[in-house]
Amino acid sequence: MLIELRAEAFDPWREVQAYQANFQDLAGKFGATAVFVGSMRDFNQGDGVSAMSLEYYPGMTEKQLQRIVECAQSRWQLLNSLVLHRIGDVKPQDTLVLVAVWSAHRGDAFDANRYIMEELKSQAPFWKRETLSDGRQRWVEKNSDGYAH
Amino acid sequence: MPIRVRYFASLKDKVGRSEDELIYATPLSVRDAWRQLHPNLPLPEPLLAAVNMEYVDLDALVQDGDELGFFPPVTGG
Repeated sequence: MLIELRAEAFDPWREVQAYQANFQDLAGKFGATAVFVGSMRDFNQGDGVSAMSLEYYPGMTEKQLQRIVECAQSRWQLLNSLVLHRIGDVKPQDTLVLVAVWSAHRGDAFDANRYIMEELKSQAPFWKRETLSDGRQRWVEKNSDGYAH
Repeated sequence: MPIRVRYFASLKDKVGRSEDELIYATPLSVRDAWRQLHPNLPLPEPLLAAVNMEYVDLDALVQDGDELGFFPPVTGG
């Protein structure tokens, strides 16, 4: 398991590849890798967004993420997990969050990945402050349910 | 040992600082701690609280040496 907060931009696909290269002992053991990548949009709630800052609660954020992943590991058969989340200043198109899980079978991989992501959204202490296209700044008050059509 | 009180995100803006210290002889609830510190500022709604980095409800007790965090709903991911 690896959980990290990143102050610099990262390439999620390289991160998955690099992390997976480190567990040769699991080669041939996993049949499913579920990867979720969340990126910053350039719009929110009908407004253009040009930049964003991510605040967090040092110590508590890491603790909550650890708990979420441990809970997923107890509920599903996971061989490994990777969670990366940006902090500080981000810009549109940047990756905000990466959740990757490795399992023998797709059911556990899909379900655990989604569980981690939904729990992160509702439990991990992060707060977004947006800078809008017209220069105004605002705190995002709540996450959307993520299932808008 | 005082109680260290920390504010995050929009609450930090509302309060105008990121930290307070509260010296109190007997355990008091999270809600009472807010009232002691901000007699003229009603409890924000919605409000989340943590004692020693664990989520608690507003009736939970805080005591000497604890760290109390106040913050709005989280918006990560």
